[in-house]
Amino acid sequence: MTGTALKRIAPQLLALAALVGLVSLFYPGFLSVSVNDGRLVGPAIDVLKRSAPVAILAVGMTLVIATRGIDLSVGATMAICGAVAAYAVSAGTGLPVALALAIGAGLLAGLWNGVLVALVGVQPFVATLILMTAGRGIAQLITEGRILTFTDPAFAFVGSGTLWGLPFPAWLWLALAVLTALVMRRTALGMLVESIGINRRASALAGVNAVVLLIAVYMAMGFCAALAGLVVTADIRGADANNAGLWLELDAILAVVIGGNSLLGGRFSIAASVIGALIIQTITIGIRLAGFPSEYNLVIKAVLVVVILVLQSPRIAAEWRYWRDEARRKREAEGKGTP
Amino acid sequence: MNTRTLPLFVTIGIFLAGCLICWVQFPNMASTRVLGNLLTDNAYLGIVAVGMTLVILSGGIDLSVGSVIAFSGVFIAVMLRDTGLHPLPVFALLLGLTTAYGACMGWLIDRLAMPAFIVTLAGMFLARGAAYLLSIDSVPIAHPFYQTLQNAYWLMPGKGRLTLIGVLMLLTFVLGMIVAHRTRFGTSVYALGGGEQTARLMGVRQGRTTVLVYAFSGLMAGLSGIVFSIYTGSGYSLATVGTELTAIAAVVIGGTLLSGGAGYVFGTLVGVLTMGLIQTYIVFDGTLSSWWTKIVIGLLLLVFILLQKGLLHLSETRLAARDA
Repeated sequence: MTGTALKRIAPQLLALAALVGLVSLFYPGFLSVSVNDGRLVGPAIDVLKRSAPVAILAVGMTLVIATRGIDLSVGATMAICGAVAAYAVSAGTGLPVALALAIGAGLLAGLWNGVLVALVGVQPFVATLILMTAGRGIAQLITEGRILTFTDPAFAFVGSGTLWGLPFPAWLWLALAVLTALVMRRTALGMLVESIGINRRASALAGVNAVVLLIAVYMAMGFCAALAGLVVTADIRGADANNAGLWLELDAILAVVIGGNSLLGGRFSIAASVIGALIIQTITIGIRLAGFPSEYNLVIKAVLVVVILVLQSPRIAAEWRYWRDEARRKREAEGKGTP
Repeated sequence: MNTRTLPLFVTIGIFLAGCLICWVQFPNMASTRVLGNLLTDNAYLGIVAVGMTLVILSGGIDLSVGSVIAFSGVFIAVMLRDTGLHPLPVFALLLGLTTAYGACMGWLIDRLAMPAFIVTLAGMFLARGAAYLLSIDSVPIAHPFYQTLQNAYWLMPGKGRLTLIGVLMLLTFVLGMIVAHRTRFGTSVYALGGGEQTARLMGVRQGRTTVLVYAFSGLMAGLSGIVFSIYTGSGYSLATVGTELTAIAAVVIGGTLLSGGAGYVFGTLVGVLTMGLIQTYIVFDGTLSSWWTKIVIGLLLLVFILLQKGLLHLSETRLAARDA
């Protein structure tokens, strides 16, 4: 079992290792870690911390994509949840209430998307576009167009605190990924999610309650978006409705796709997606450390997407098989021709 | 009642109702000045929405247009600053470049048989990245020809200014209507959006149509970039973030089916004007904040998507009833 799991994430691990090697070539101190004030410090630790928002989103996005869906609204949901938390904290409700309100807002956003997709039957891409457009407006309504800042040290801990030597956001995404993977793989839940993505009608006929499960998956995505929003908001100690989570939906989708999960739904691997998030962050930080201007970032991401698309493409795969078979047939014919 | 034209009539109805509400509350809004500004301010959006309409009619989506507009602005600004070229050859070069860019994306979508939104997502990253590589800072355009373009307007009765870029947008819509409704290519686009299998059986050349439709969208995005650079008088790589979504929203509010195959280019014009009207209303009101624009546009999107869903359901049950 562990052997097959390892085989599944091997390409991603190799890519990450190659990338780390490449960055180390330009910046030899990349993997060096020192202990400072009881916490680990170093570029690699920075990668672990900074990849938190995308990694958290990637966990939820993996499930959504496994059901053959997509959620474009996660960036806007992050902004809403961050705004709710910052508003509640600065209104003096205390941290637990603020966190509960923010997570509640995320679940509500997920419920909205899920109902549109599962009950109304709108294409996921279109359904989540609504919240993507309106969501930032709602977040700005909460912050009244300002950047809501706060000074609550307990909330700031979520974004920049240290626990057992590692940054708290790193623990958060690690725990979330492990828990979700356990829940999905130790129960039949993961298989049911995959069955919806492969053929929703067939799985519904086989007795899977596709409607409830789809709504639950989108709500899980909303929950992840809320966590990511909390991390980002706590990190800068302020809720920025315009820029919090901007374009992160694309990074999250990219992480899932790098993780080798098909956009056409079906089998998924949360571990691979999370490694995908690490790869993205390593590229981002690596470019900066290697001394290149950060403008290269987007170009490299674009090239990466195209390469993965070529690898995933059903048509290219079919043609490749055709040429391989042709070549083999030719070789066999030649073999027969020269006895 | 034809279910195909109903969304268009709903769109026009909402726009007229919106005009009426605005006029009742602010009688001053019914002036040619407001009309002139409405056309000028939304010129770049309207032009790019024409391309988006054709892409959506073909059953695809183009997420790269916002980045292509930004790239166009930076490209023009940098070319004018660093070379002694006249703007006109630069425009021609740019339009060729963006058309080829769109064609490349169309080719990839067809060859890879992958969802259009992920391919154009890569295109979005690439165009934005290319714009960054040219310049991170905002580059002003100081060519005298630009001043001429910016000051070219026709004074309507009532002192409203019908600017060159406003007229250009209207001409683009006419062009879009001719291409979509009066050419063989337009018919192929509709057929492709109605269903790939059926279109192929009908003899539509799928690959060629896909490449051409994204090339057309690229051309429109380039033209929109030129208009935007005239409008702002500069090129900035961070400009027009999210314009692709505004354009998609305009197309949907204009009554085009997001799954493709049904809709009108004229509806998109009404959609763009409706969104402009909301913005104008918020400006006139003065107390409402600009973020209400996003919320109202989101609500309109919801209404139209639900309407489309209902109509689809209606026509399906009607078909089923006829078969029975």
